[in-house]
Amino acid sequence: MSLIFISLLILIAVFAPLIVKYDPLEQNLTDRLLPPSKKYIFGTDDLGRDVFSRVVYGTKISLSVGIIAVGISTVIGIMLGLAAGFFGKTIDTVIMRFVDICLCFPTFFLLLMVIAFLEPNIYNVMIVIGITSWPSITRLIRGEVLSIRERDFILAAKINGISTLRILFVHILPNTIGPILVNATLGIGGAILTESALSFLGLGVQPPIPSWGNILTIGKDYIHLAWWLSLFPGLAIFFTVLFFNLLGEGLRDIFDPKY
Amino acid sequence: MLNYIIRRAIYIIPLLIGITLITFFIMQLTPGKPTEIMTEMQLKVSPEAKQRLIKLYGLDKPLHIQYLNWLKRMIKFDFGNSFKDDRPVIKKILERLPATLLLNFLSLLLIFCFALPIGIYSAIHKDKLFDKTMTVFVFLGYSIPKFWLALILMIVFGIFLGWLPISGLRSINYDELSFCGKIFDILKHLILPVLISGFGGLAGLSRYTRNSMLEVINSDYIKFARAKGLTETKIIYRHALKNALIPVVTILGLSLPELIGGSFIFETIFAYPGMGRLGYDAVMSRDYPMVMAVGSIAAFLTLLGNLLADIAYAYVDPRIRIKQ
Repeated sequence: MSLIFISLLILIAVFAPLIVKYDPLEQNLTDRLLPPSKKYIFGTDDLGRDVFSRVVYGTKISLSVGIIAVGISTVIGIMLGLAAGFFGKTIDTVIMRFVDICLCFPTFFLLLMVIAFLEPNIYNVMIVIGITSWPSITRLIRGEVLSIRERDFILAAKINGISTLRILFVHILPNTIGPILVNATLGIGGAILTESALSFLGLGVQPPIPSWGNILTIGKDYIHLAWWLSLFPGLAIFFTVLFFNLLGEGLRDIFDPKY
Repeated sequence: MLNYIIRRAIYIIPLLIGITLITFFIMQLTPGKPTEIMTEMQLKVSPEAKQRLIKLYGLDKPLHIQYLNWLKRMIKFDFGNSFKDDRPVIKKILERLPATLLLNFLSLLLIFCFALPIGIYSAIHKDKLFDKTMTVFVFLGYSIPKFWLALILMIVFGIFLGWLPISGLRSINYDELSFCGKIFDILKHLILPVLISGFGGLAGLSRYTRNSMLEVINSDYIKFARAKGLTETKIIYRHALKNALIPVVTILGLSLPELIGGSFIFETIFAYPGMGRLGYDAVMSRDYPMVMAVGSIAAFLTLLGNLLADIAYAYVDPRIRIKQ
């Protein structure tokens, strides 16, 4: 079910130009702030742009930010988690203390700080979400590696003189793939939420590029006049995140029989 | 116990140093020096004057010296003056801090009062209608963008129904109200922010309590209590509950960063006069001394929360303090 919805979303993102009737950037000042109707099914915004088109185009932005940000954090998390778990001792202590420090910061303020100092745009948003969400993944992978490295097949590999790198990436990493996938899927939902919150505050994707978050910013400005500007993009975020979370939970059921 | 507390307290010192290092590092990321931001609006400033400013702020010194100087001032809570109105940063923060603490405290209270009973009830009545409804609720809680929920609630309760105010902490006629009227007015303003800010934690913690309770209920000593013929109420409230709540204490401590992080968004949406809003405004106007101070203080509060959670954990679970 959730897989179907997410596939549908990806299709919407890819074929956005074929789905919508209006250009998401086209302004039509005579049609400002119109409520949903047959002509504009989600209504129009303060510049007379079609909200439906903007929400559909926003899909692409949100999905790509979510996926790329999680990609970045997962790669960093895997590298550091493998190193900390496998080598132990000083390396482990240094990495895990660093993780502790990073977990103390309210992530959202860290994001605000970094993005405000860099230039707020879609690429920086992806990178910054990516580099602020690796600590929990590092922790997760370290835990997995700690239990795997004591197993007999790792010992066997060591006795056979297989290089450390090969042990790490060929023998240990594939065994952690389950938790990584679960975490990444749940992480995409989280990253989409963060991106929309940042864009909502004006520090994410910059107008006129449509993103679910920055449509909501206009929604807040016209909160007394146009409820549809607040309703539809929010529903889009909500359902997308919901289905990524459901997919993540489903994967967890498959990989982790404990749950 | 005291021994344990001291050890934990010492442990946060390297973390604090790490936090200040990261904050300082981010400050170095900024394009251009702070002095340039101060002088960019005044075209007539001569290069010599700029040099004097750089010297004044010690920006001509090597990085590690700058860091140590900054650290020295920070220990004395001297965060410098705000670029915006040249008032001491710490003074501005102290004005706003109580409002943020009040908001977070009430949110925690809300989470505590509702999450625990919900979690316990769900665990006892596993797979019944209530439990299933709550599972759905938790999922919605995780997936819903809180700032959007805030917007929708503002539209419904503030605009359509007109029951609640949608911004600030006080009404315009606050000064004319009686004492009770003032309290009622503030409470009315607090309802939506507290509800939204506690919502995520509520979903998470009730789930966590449920799972922890389930684990305990299935353990041997509870089976033994049943075999002994104790009443179900006695089993749950006398024997199971205490042990089930142990891990919950830690989670409550860990939810602090989320709460404090959330206050940056919610305070901005509700125009709530707290530290989060101050921090957001500082970020938007690039008021660096203020940003650094808010960042450090937020991280410090988080650390403090974690420390308290650790202590509470050791207090309720003797194994922890004896083991170490």
